[in-house]
Amino acid sequence: MSQTHLDTLEAESIHIMREVVATADNPMMLYSVGKDSAVMLHLAMMAFYPNKIPFPLMHVDTTWKFKEMIAFRDKTVSDLDLELIVHINEDGLDKGVGPFSHGSTVHTDVMKTQALKQALDKYTFDIAFGGARRDEEKSRAKERIFSFRTDKHQWDPKNQRPELWNIYNAKKHKGESIRVFPLSNWTELDVWQYIYRESIPIVPLYFSAKRPVVERDGVLILVDDDRLPLNEGETPMMKDVRFRTLGCYPLTGAVESNAKTLQDIIQEMLVSITSEREGRIIDFDSSESMEKKKQGGYF
Amino acid sequence: MSIDVEQYLVEQENKQLLRFITCGSVDDGKSTLIGRLLYESQLIFDDQLAELKSTSKKVGTQGDDIDFALLVDGLAAEMEQGITIDVAYRFFSTDKRKFIVADTPGHEQYTRNMATGASTADVAILLVDARAGLLPQTCRHSYIVNMLGVKNICLAINKMDLVDYSQEVFERIKAEFLEFSADLNFDEIVSIPVSALKGDNIINSSTNTQWYEGDSLIQYLENVKFNTEKEFQAFTFPVQWVNRLSHEFRGFCGLVAEGSISEGDEIVVKPSNKRSNIKKILVADNYSSSCSMGQSVTIELADEIDVSRGNIICHKDSSCDAVDQFQGKLLWMDEEKMVPGRPYIFRFGVAESSGSVSKLRHRININTFVDEASSDLELNEIGIVNIALDKKIVMEPYVDSKSLGSFIVIDKMTNNTVGMGLVNFALRRGDNVYWHNMEINRDSRSESKNQKPVVLWFTGLSGSGKSTIANIVEKKLYNLGKHTMLLDGDNVRHGLNKDLGFTDVDRVENIRRIANVSKLMLDAGLITIVSFIAPFKAERDLAKDLMGADILEVFIDVPIEVAESRDPKGLYKKARSGDLKNFTGIDSPYEKPENPDIHIESDKTSAEDAAELIVNKLIQKEAI
Repeated sequence: MSQTHLDTLEAESIHIMREVVATADNPMMLYSVGKDSAVMLHLAMMAFYPNKIPFPLMHVDTTWKFKEMIAFRDKTVSDLDLELIVHINEDGLDKGVGPFSHGSTVHTDVMKTQALKQALDKYTFDIAFGGARRDEEKSRAKERIFSFRTDKHQWDPKNQRPELWNIYNAKKHKGESIRVFPLSNWTELDVWQYIYRESIPIVPLYFSAKRPVVERDGVLILVDDDRLPLNEGETPMMKDVRFRTLGCYPLTGAVESNAKTLQDIIQEMLVSITSEREGRIIDFDSSESMEKKKQGGYF
Repeated sequence: MSIDVEQYLVEQENKQLLRFITCGSVDDGKSTLIGRLLYESQLIFDDQLAELKSTSKKVGTQGDDIDFALLVDGLAAEMEQGITIDVAYRFFSTDKRKFIVADTPGHEQYTRNMATGASTADVAILLVDARAGLLPQTCRHSYIVNMLGVKNICLAINKMDLVDYSQEVFERIKAEFLEFSADLNFDEIVSIPVSALKGDNIINSSTNTQWYEGDSLIQYLENVKFNTEKEFQAFTFPVQWVNRLSHEFRGFCGLVAEGSISEGDEIVVKPSNKRSNIKKILVADNYSSSCSMGQSVTIELADEIDVSRGNIICHKDSSCDAVDQFQGKLLWMDEEKMVPGRPYIFRFGVAESSGSVSKLRHRININTFVDEASSDLELNEIGIVNIALDKKIVMEPYVDSKSLGSFIVIDKMTNNTVGMGLVNFALRRGDNVYWHNMEINRDSRSESKNQKPVVLWFTGLSGSGKSTIANIVEKKLYNLGKHTMLLDGDNVRHGLNKDLGFTDVDRVENIRRIANVSKLMLDAGLITIVSFIAPFKAERDLAKDLMGADILEVFIDVPIEVAESRDPKGLYKKARSGDLKNFTGIDSPYEKPENPDIHIESDKTSAEDAAELIVNKLIQKEAI
């Protein structure tokens, strides 16, 4: 019997996770609560079964995440009996940094990128798992599965270690760290098919429901709480919407959709005509934005 | 548009994953081909397509038609930043298979990137421009994919539209390639006439090539048999991690490298040769009666035997064995050249050992495939080498086992991956050199001298005062009744090392020999004073590895200007005038020790005081 492509991807990801646990001093999994994190967590549960996952999960909470994400996160942690570290940039919080007051660039930098660096330094994690995929974005296509960061958390795209066969070089000096992406070779469609095959729970925001939204510059923003300042004459509309990607609610666009089940979502994907990151507002900020953010330490 | 999603998902369940690499010379149409494949498999979204159409009209080379090359090159907009020289992975799928394409640059100087892409490829598509025929680059790429064990080659003879879809041209190039590749070990070579630009024979058979009856490129990719299991492949399972839950559960985790095994089967653990039986198998988190190649599993054994990371669980009749010396092929991937004798870490799958290239037999000229003599390997060069490891590792020739026959080389200082290698065969010589366990040993010898053996390893520029200080130290020790030996650079070079010069390679060998001689002297119970320039950190580290705690690094530090003004032997003058090449500090580097055990600034301390300080250190260390 030959393996299906999902079997192959699953075996590869488990192999990667076990390599990390066998070679790292203090590993951690960045858990963003999204669908990719859900798949990554599911794979980790398998990789170390019947043992518990031998590392903590960490959520960098910008305090602007969708409420449903936080609820889902806490339920998952309790259902699976996981160790979760929630890190908030208290400094940024004290200064009142947010997407409306400071703009998306500053907000993302302070509450996400800087927060992550703080957490890595605080807990001295040497290897951090991330759920990024190579098909997401052009600079990711060249990123290694074991992606090296300097002691200043910087990524040097021109100076990456060659990655041969499935032999991973996790050697580093004190202070340096490695981001490991077990889902590197998965595509968005693979992720959905796998969620379907394995019945992996995901945040309900991925499914269509009537939700209050406002339209800004052609993007539908969910009115998730009363921190969203309404412009003059703007009233929230109830629309059938869902999210293809999750993040900070003011920075994440909804799409109009009637997809209420996984089958619907997959069907929608198959006829979809725009790329997944379209809903991520941070990408619009500047042309080579992702590349820059990553060099600065963004995941 | 309606799709039967249930049906679709059932079909998807049976999809296989195929990894392939595209290679060929720079203008053979690689970007156009990948762009075409992504386009045809509808992986280009509307927003991208709209942009592509407008860019094509503006800067494309195809008039009003879409220029597919812009798609891939456009995806790689970071060209100026210099990372297009790297491997990019692209994804597409059809109803039958999902594909991962390793997109690697075509230029000659990127051999290492090609090899990286080929290391995980099941199939290689080799593009040839029908107008140009086979180019040196075509041959070079064939050589590399063959070396890395890719068995299936698709020779895509491209730009057929520019040769009027001529069957004669196609047959000629095909025949030329078959002749060229006769010496290589490909299982199957399929030639297809295509035009990536016009779409001929990419998805469907083209009406322009009615004389051609074979598969289109996509049909080939969907149907090619790859990674087929050999008739009998013995179960091979490198243990990655031991999952210990409690006394009741001890599972061995790993990816099955070859073959298959079932519950109850007898196994042998290498290198310990302990035997047991398979008790239970977990495939992911489900118990299963058997497991096979490519699965990540956790195995429980019936007996409590010692198994750890790097061990291999094998079928009971497996012939694989642990060795510490072997011959292999090495492709060097670092700017800093490979020098025989220099210590590196060799990583085989999940096992590793430090070691060094004991002999560079020859270098392979990648253009002519001719063997050439060489003393080192530069970036992108391939050599046949003998490697000596400090520890035995289970390995097999690469042609028999990709997973037990492949390794990477890691630099000990930078931790970078600096080379990749393939095992040709084990050298059994190591077993024949008996390491006598002598009854009179180091301890008994040094005890009779009432001292602890130690090596004082002096390093510093020529003219720093090493020899002067070393001589005083030895006299002081002699006066204390200690048994010493002084190894001095000049003296040793007149005898033991008279065959060596001052190139980097010779310097490494010089120090390797000195380090080993010092080790023997340690065993003889002597306080050994070694006084050499020893300019490279790597070799000094080799000495430290060899001697362990019994070495003290003494750095005689002096600014180069001071050393040059002393110039006791007139060497600096000669080096400055160009009469003396490779002189340390002038045209050959000196790498300062970072944490020497004793640091003496000889322009500030007298030789007498320096010697006193060193002797005191020995007293502190209770060596004397």
